[in-house]
Amino acid sequence: MPITIHLPNVLAKLADGQRTVEADGATVGAAVGEVSARFPALRPRLVDDAGNPYPFVTYYLNDEDIRFTGGFDALVRDGDEVTVVPAVAGG
Amino acid sequence: MTTIAPRPAAAAESGGHPAPPLDPPRTLSTPRLASGAGALRALALACRECDAAFEAGPIAICENCLAPVEPVYDPDRSLPDRDAIASRPTSLWRYREWLPFTGTPTLSLDSGWTPLVEAPALARALGVERAWVKNDSVSHPSLSFKDRVVAMAINAARAFGLDTLACASTGNLANAVAAHAARAGVPAWIFIPHDLELGKVIGTLVFGARVVRVRGTYDDVNRLCAQIADRFGWGIANVNLRSYYGEGSKTVAFEIVEQLGWRFPTAVVAPMAGGSLVTKLRKGFAEFRGAGLAAGGPLPRLYGAQAAGCGPIARLVQSRGDRLVPEVPNTIARSLAIGNPADGSLAARTIHETGGWAAAVSDEAIVRGIRVLAETTGIFTETAGGTTVAAALELARSGRLAPSDEVVLCITGHGLKTVEAVAPTLTDTPTIGPRVREVEALVREI
Ligand SMILES: Cc1ncc(COP(=O)(O)O)c(C=O)c1O
Ligand SMILES: [Zn+2]
Repeated sequence: MPITIHLPNVLAKLADGQRTVEADGATVGAAVGEVSARFPALRPRLVDDAGNPYPFVTYYLNDEDIRFTGGFDALVRDGDEVTVVPAVAGG
Repeated sequence: MTTIAPRPAAAAESGGHPAPPLDPPRTLSTPRLASGAGALRALALACRECDAAFEAGPIAICENCLAPVEPVYDPDRSLPDRDAIASRPTSLWRYREWLPFTGTPTLSLDSGWTPLVEAPALARALGVERAWVKNDSVSHPSLSFKDRVVAMAINAARAFGLDTLACASTGNLANAVAAHAARAGVPAWIFIPHDLELGKVIGTLVFGARVVRVRGTYDDVNRLCAQIADRFGWGIANVNLRSYYGEGSKTVAFEIVEQLGWRFPTAVVAPMAGGSLVTKLRKGFAEFRGAGLAAGGPLPRLYGAQAAGCGPIARLVQSRGDRLVPEVPNTIARSLAIGNPADGSLAARTIHETGGWAAAVSDEAIVRGIRVLAETTGIFTETAGGTTVAAALELARSGRLAPSDEVVLCITGHGLKTVEAVAPTLTDTPTIGPRVREVEALVREI
């Protein structure tokens, strides 16, 4: 099931310069894993040693923070968009 | 689904002004910096987690691990002593050796140095030895402590040649960015949640800023700004300029130490939204201790204040957990309504390390806090300040503050920005004809 993952600019160069990559998988975690396998340099930037998201990186499935919807286990559907956003300060 | 809906009026009126040259306004009251000559340069950066080093620039995140980056100070730089600092102009730049630049800043030279006001009645209410209010509700020019951080951001933007200033804001940062940008003659783009208080919106639009309301919570605004950070060549104060911006909050700690006569209080209570202020308070106190500027005693215990309707950092402190659980905000304390605080985990850790604690207080308690502060100190604060007072009262009740404590409350924003919060609780005023007997009748009623 193809979905789209939007990467922050600082990571694009590790994905052949693409800010947006296609990914496959039934869950957010599986899709992130699939992209990490294709672009191995991305992996340690996207997940920690245990394969979990870092506390200072937020994953959104469409517009929802995945921590509200099951984390990496959140199910994805064709055409969904996952956005990886490093935390920014308050205001 | 986050869509942006620019306000037609704002869009029509403010437009994209071309950036005129940034000549700082010079008036008699504008402090001039005595030394540190040379063009302003921002310090280089290093990652907080993996120590990777980066050149100075509008970057907030480590490209190795996506953690935040911070400015690196030369440990061998020469530092002023108490007398040298005391002889400098009364602005936050009197602490410039601890701010993330070398050379001479040219913009926003007169922010900082707000009053530290002793509050005996508040001390009695808290059951502590002494209490003070660090009164950033009268911060120049935009009436909140965000003037401190924006003074950093605008100089960083200038150093990097970025000619538009922007921010994602819960309100006070919007006011500050718009005001400082107007004064410097640079255009500002301000992104706020769609339903912010009127005072915060008007207090931004008046400066001619382009204000964009984003449907959703602050966390949605924040995400949007993170995504657009490097698209338009803007300096976004709390996104790509964050590494420099945050350092401005340390000046609250520096001023407290100096205004107390170069010593620490035993405890400081501060409001938390993104969690940056409390971490920078601790950094500031530690830096003054390291420089031998603060006499004896341990670092102050830091206490964080949040609303019960958005208290992810306070709850992390109270649970002693290590993962922050984000929340969907629902509180009148809009300025603190960040459900996914970037510095939340660091803030909780910092609080524990100082031996402090945190409280999350109800909206009713926040309103009471605003009124208690007003009625005991003559200071009118916004909801963030009400949260701080209410949290202090709760921490005192639960025994976290001791009778021997000397406590500073950080009151970070002005009450006229959030009149909606208190208006319903204030009694109606009598309306009379211009006649003496009507006044007499009123006086007899009391
Ligand atoms: C008045 C006021 N006080 C405190 C804060 C909290 O600051 P921080 O995001 O650094 O925790 C904010 C943030 O917007 C604020 O507007
Ligand atoms: Zn790093």
